Amino acid sequence: MRMINHHPGRVSATLLGLLPFLLIMLVYSLASQERLAENPNDKLLPGLEQMTAAVERMAFQEDRRSGDYLMVQDTTASLARLGMGVGIAALLALVVGILNGVLPLVRANLAPLVSALSMVPPLAILPILFIVFGLGELSKVMLIVIGTAPIMMRDVAQRVRELPGEQLIKIQTLGANSWQVITRMALPQVLPRLIDAVRLSLGPAWLFLIAAEAIASTEGLGYRIFLVRRYLAMDVILPYVIWITILAIVIDQCLRLTNRRLFPWYNAGGH
Amino acid sequence: MSFITVNNLWKEYGDQVVLENLNLSVKQGEFCTLVGASGCGKSTFLKMLLGQETQTRGELLLEGEAFPGEPDRNRGIVFQRYSVFPHLTVRQNVLMGLELEQKPWLGKLFGSARREALEKVDAMLESVGLSPSANKWPHELSGGMQQRLAIAQSLIMRPRVLLLDEPFGALDPGIRGDMHDLLLKLWQETGTTIFMVTHDLKEGFYLGTRLLVFDKVRNDPHDPQAFGATITYDLPIGQTDRKLYEDINQSVSETARNQAA
Repeated sequence: MRMINHHPGRVSATLLGLLPFLLIMLVYSLASQERLAENPNDKLLPGLEQMTAAVERMAFQEDRRSGDYLMVQDTTASLARLGMGVGIAALLALVVGILNGVLPLVRANLAPLVSALSMVPPLAILPILFIVFGLGELSKVMLIVIGTAPIMMRDVAQRVRELPGEQLIKIQTLGANSWQVITRMALPQVLPRLIDAVRLSLGPAWLFLIAAEAIASTEGLGYRIFLVRRYLAMDVILPYVIWITILAIVIDQCLRLTNRRLFPWYNAGGH
Repeated sequence: MSFITVNNLWKEYGDQVVLENLNLSVKQGEFCTLVGASGCGKSTFLKMLLGQETQTRGELLLEGEAFPGEPDRNRGIVFQRYSVFPHLTVRQNVLMGLELEQKPWLGKLFGSARREALEKVDAMLESVGLSPSANKWPHELSGGMQQRLAIAQSLIMRPRVLLLDEPFGALDPGIRGDMHDLLLKLWQETGTTIFMVTHDLKEGFYLGTRLLVFDKVRNDPHDPQAFGATITYDLPIGQTDRKLYEDINQSVSETARNQAA
């Protein structure tokens, strides 16, 4: 039988999926054990014990200097920035994207600008943001907005234009004006697609968040990682990276479920 | 005065002539079926009636006035596919037109106005046989039921002209027969003027009051696009015999072959 026709069963598919994770953990723990046997104070490949101790210290004990739970504080600060940045970007994308998609005059006017903006490397203008908006929260949120909004705008506009032309004619024969075409045809059909666009933008959004926090911040997940790098504190960095990954997965799945719950017609193949 | 008047109508795209010298006069309440080979301008003519295309030369008049240049609520349309809104249930799809008409800003009805509108909607769903599916999503309906929905959605607006662009082209033959009966019933009830484009010559002969055959009179083998199509037969239904059917069928097939060559 050809390889392309070999399909794994349910159980074996799960096992095959788990295998790479287990392999990575195995290789890591072997390497870590070997280094720790040689030098119990090795910092490069900390064992599970050291990492749980670090998490215990960071997340469940008050910091001696400030009296805060550092990991909790970092998480809330980062999530607030991420949420605000992506939220503003999604809102902008919805407004500009729909106008671009529905109104030919606006499209002629704005689409070239949006395309050009989406080509600007956002990190290259981070210094400008720091100069203009200062080193506070605003510049970090703005970096996420500038980094993710133009691509989402293009995506939303594209989704609007992918709606069948027959629908656009049909709603006009039902007497719709341009505003009603937007509110009753384009907007409701593009909302689930916007959520998909947000899910795809979360990757870049995390990137911009951590970059901005690394450069100028006093709290946040990215700030902490870059701070403890000075002490080679891999026992803090690794749990932080895993924690960020878990957060990203949870947010992504929440958005996916929200989409399924809110728009049953979209996910059952009704588009 | 006739309801729809077509005088010397031409439609060209650059060098390509699609329709040439079309003349037609249609009375209110007529049910015209448009047949012909692909590329003979039936759909283009329908698009002009809809306001989606404009003629290159000639006149197209509705009660003596030029046709509006964009689609409006006086002219309903049913396409072969994609004429219903996937994000609305069957009932909401039919309600849509009434809401758009009464609420220019909100586009939604509430309270007693909504209840009143829904009564009309349910009556309309009843007459197209969709009452049991009122709360389903369009993707849960079969192709034939989706077309029933599209027709109901248009007819609730009581359009002066109903345009059908191969509405049953994607349906199974058995379902198609049911749809013919439904369409004739609705046409008799509403008295709407109907134009229906079809590929199926038999369908054209059976449905409606008038058969319009779009065909090319002249053909240049070296330049198939040099001449456009026009109406070659304009027949009242019921006065057609087997011989005529075969003549038309042969002529249309020949044009189709020439187009393809």
